[in-house]
Parts: sequence; structure tokens; C-alpha cells
Amino acid sequence: MNVFKRVFRFYYEGFRDMPRWGRQMWLIILVKGFVVFILVKFIFFPNHLKKNFDTDQQRSEYVIDQLIKTSQNDTTTVKH
Amino acid sequence: MTQLLLNIDPSLVDWSRAQFALTAMFHWIFVPITLGILFIIAIMETIYVKTGDPEWKRTTKFWMKLFGINFAVGVATGLILEFEFGTNWSNYSWFVGDIFGAPLAIEGIMAFFMESTFIAVMFFGWNKVSKKFHLASTWLTALGANISALWILVANAWMQYPAGMEFNAETARNEMVNFWDVLFSPVAINKFLHTVTSGYVLAALFVIGVSSYFLLRKREVLMAKRSIIISSVFGFLAILSVIFTGHGSAVEVAKHQPMKLAAMEGLYKGGEGVELIGFGILNPEKTADNDVDPFVFKFGFKGMLSYLISFDSKSYVPGINDLLKGDENHNVISVEQRMEKGDIAMNALIAYKEAKASENAEEAAVQLAIFKENFSHFGYSYVDKPVDVVPNVPMVFYSFHIMVILGTLFVLMFIIFGWMTMKNKIDKFKFSKLLYYLGILGIPLAFIASEAGWIVAEVGRQPWVIQDLMTTTAGVTNISSSSVQLTFWIFAFIFTGLLITEVSIMIRFIKAGPAKPENDGGTEL
Repeated sequence: MNVFKRVFRFYYEGFRDMPRWGRQMWLIILVKGFVVFILVKFIFFPNHLKKNFDTDQQRSEYVIDQLIKTSQNDTTTVKH
Repeated sequence: MTQLLLNIDPSLVDWSRAQFALTAMFHWIFVPITLGILFIIAIMETIYVKTGDPEWKRTTKFWMKLFGINFAVGVATGLILEFEFGTNWSNYSWFVGDIFGAPLAIEGIMAFFMESTFIAVMFFGWNKVSKKFHLASTWLTALGANISALWILVANAWMQYPAGMEFNAETARNEMVNFWDVLFSPVAINKFLHTVTSGYVLAALFVIGVSSYFLLRKREVLMAKRSIIISSVFGFLAILSVIFTGHGSAVEVAKHQPMKLAAMEGLYKGGEGVELIGFGILNPEKTADNDVDPFVFKFGFKGMLSYLISFDSKSYVPGINDLLKGDENHNVISVEQRMEKGDIAMNALIAYKEAKASENAEEAAVQLAIFKENFSHFGYSYVDKPVDVVPNVPMVFYSFHIMVILGTLFVLMFIIFGWMTMKNKIDKFKFSKLLYYLGILGIPLAFIASEAGWIVAEVGRQPWVIQDLMTTTAGVTNISSSSVQLTFWIFAFIFTGLLITEVSIMIRFIKAGPAKPENDGGTEL
């Protein structure tokens, strides 16, 4: 049997013979994966710079502007 | 599309920080158990392979099952931190450039290939691969998990001590000029070793705690005693490393983050031969600009802080006020002077940008040189008044001392549990029940100490997100504060749910105990 078939069978049998607690753990992993990758990432946490700018040059300019404006803003008292 | 950040809501910074802290502290509940228990499991399995004793296999599988639960509930919680970088901390994420990108990319690739491959062999491979191959997979999973932790800790160490990089004013990004300076900076080495070995201590206390439960119930006595011996020795060696690297970290903090050290010790007025505070109660009236005594009560060790950071009990250690006002006799530059240099750097950056826009190459070169000369003070251009660079002293002070006091207790616990179990006296001891309860209590105490350590590291470096170069205010994205609040509460809800899930499943499986010898066919995840 070639190595790929053996690896496939190893995983296939591993999942097939998994006890109940293992299945419960996989369910937790899948539900959490869905929440983290679908709900959290795409709905609540888009990458701000990637979403709003097309090129790295635009992103650089924006960040430099932000750095400059923040330093000039008297209301930005550092909080602890 | 250029949005100007003229009126950033101060609560945005607080909510963004609170959200990051919540996520990081929750993530850190799972990580230390994984880092440490894998080595304990690998040691147990090694003994099984060496001796062929099926009880060791049963013991190994029991702890492997608890590791599996912890892994399943904890996996991917760290990814949320990366999402938060991109959304809430976009200025910071861009500014750090490939300093963060390279280590995190390496971490992702290594974690995926090493951990996922060998974890599968650990759980699916019993009776399917040779004993030695299975054992090698367990050790490689342990090593893989720890090497994964290396990269994120290197990135964190860089934020505390930015080494091996150069800031590109054209792209507003830090560029790595020497990978080895980033990887092997003394701060990174101490941070990595201190953090992972503190994880070993926590995992060892977890094993002792669960084993104490079995001894209290007079169940699985052999497994519990063997587990206590392995974890006590492992935990004791680990805590020696924690002490050694903790000292190394303090030496580095004294060099690169003296304000953090002063906050850790509640030291407002420095000097020569400074005492180390064993414990104390801070005076709530004390601020940097009054003369009130900083302590209501304290006991300390004279000259010890000076000695610990320089091996000279008479050496100089600056306090909060010395750092704020400067001390010419000891070459301590005042915050006001640094603010001036920070403004020079910022003005040079603005002038450089204007010169570039008007294609005045000569002026651009002059301004860039001024900028580079003053770049080490760049972050001070965001500071409004000197006192803003003082972190929350009570939070840092108490967290540090709680961590140290609990660490001392853990040393004693490892010695007592290890010695009494090796001498087979633990269940014959007059106060054995009390000892078992202490063992169980050790689990939450270990988490408190571990989280307290992170509070010292992260709150202690405020207001900096990158030491001296960027404040949290400058690093935050100008998004709606209410949206950050919303996701904060969503996370608080999800994380609490996951924690309840983890604890309830753990308790259920601990109560069930290891599989019966005749049913010991598989614990595959």
C-alpha cells in the first residue's frame, strides 16, 4: 500500500473509531471554528487597512497621517 | 481615502485595550496547560515504553485525554488576537511591519504542520504505529507547541525592546535589518524561557491538583502518586528556571523599561542601595506629584533591589520621580526632554513628508537625518504631560508581588508533594487531607500567578504599545467605540461559555477517572 493510502486510512480509521468524547471535542472545535472564522472574522473584525485601501502606498500614507494627527491632537490624553 | 483623526474618543483606547486584555487573558488559560502537560505526558509515556508497565500507559492516556479537552476548547482563541490587531490596532499593525509578520507566519506554519500532524498520531496512533514512533510523536508535539510559542513571545519581546529593526519613514513600517537581533535579544530569550517554564509550573500544579483529588477520594492511588512524583520533579526544575529567567527579565526591565521596574516596586524616589519590597500596602493617596509616603505598610530587604539588577547592593536604581524629572548625576534624561526630542522627530517626519511631496530631495534628506537621530524618542511626541508615562502603579505592584509570593509557595509545594510521595508518606501524614486540599487549591493559584505575570508585563509598559516609539493612543484604529464595546461583550459572553464548557467537561472526565485497564483500547480524539 502506498504511503498516501496508508496516511488516509490512518486518519479515516482514527475518525471512524473515535469514542464519544472525541466526537464531542470535534463538535466544540467545529462550532468554535465557525464562530471565530465566520462570525468574528468577517462580521466584526475586517482588516481595517485592507478593507479601506487598495494599495500599500495608500495604507502607508493613511498611517503616516494618523501618526501625525494623533500627535497633534490635544485631546488624546494617554490613559492607563 | 484619508480619514483624519482629530477627535479620537478616549474611551476607544480603553475599550480596545480591555478587549485585547480579555482575549489575551482568556487565551492564556489554555496555553500554559498545553505547553507543560505535553512534556509531563511525554515523560510518562517514555517510562511506559521503557518499562512496558500498562499502568503507565493508562496514566499517560488519562492525562492525554485532559490535554485533548484543553486543546479542543482552547484552540483558535489566539487567532482572535490577530483579528483584533487588524481591526482595532491597524496603525500599530502597520507600524510594526514584518517584525510581527515574519514570526507569526513561521508560527502558523510550524503550528499547523508539527502540532496537527503529531497530535493526530498521539490520539489515533495507539496500537497502529510502533511504540517508539508514538513516543517520538508525543515529544515532537510538546516541542512543536513550545516552538510555536517562541515566535509570538519574540514578537511581544520586540514590543518591550525594539531591536534589530529600522523604521522606514516612506512606508511608515519597521523593517527587520537583523533577524537574529530580534530572535536572540536578551529580552526575547528571558521572556520566552520565563513564560514557557511558568507554563510548565502551572501544568505541574494542575497534575498535582487533580492527583490530590484522587488521593482525597482514595481512588486511582497508584496513578495519582506516580503523577505527583513526575510533576513535582518537573515543576520544581521548571520553577528554578522561572526564578532564574525572572531575574534575567528584571535585569532587562531595569535597562530598557526602568519605569516598569519602579512601578513593580512602588519606587517613587530612587537612589543607591535600594531595598526590595517583600510585601507592602500602597498608600492610595500617593501620586507622582505629591510627597505622601508611598506605603502604608511594607517590609523589605535593604540594598536587595540594587543587588538583584546589578550584583552591587550599592548601585543606583531610578524611581518614578527620577525618571520623570531626570537625574543628571546618573544620566537619567527627563521625560520633558524626551518629549522635546519626540516633537523634533515628529516635526522632521512632517517636514520630510512635505519635502517629498514637493520633490525637494535635499530637504527630504536633511529632515530624514533629523528624524532618524531622534527616532528613539518618537513615541514621546504623543505624550501630553510627563506623568502620562507612569503606568498604573498599584496594579503593577500588587500583580508583581502576588506572582512572587505565589511562586515561593509553589517551590514549597513541589518540594513537599515530591518528597512526601517519593517517601510514600503522603497518605500516612497526619494532615494529608489538608495537603490534598492545598494541592487542589494550587490549580487556581497557578492561574492567578500566571495571569498576574502578564499584567506586570503588559500594564507595566503602559502607555507604550511599543516601548518609547508608539503609545496605545497612536496605535489604535479610529473606529467607533461602541462597536468595540459590542464585541467586548460578545467575547466576554463567548469566553465565559467556553470556560464553563472547559471546566465542566474537565470535571466530568476527572471524576470518571482513567479508563479501566480492560477497556483501554483507545482515547482517540
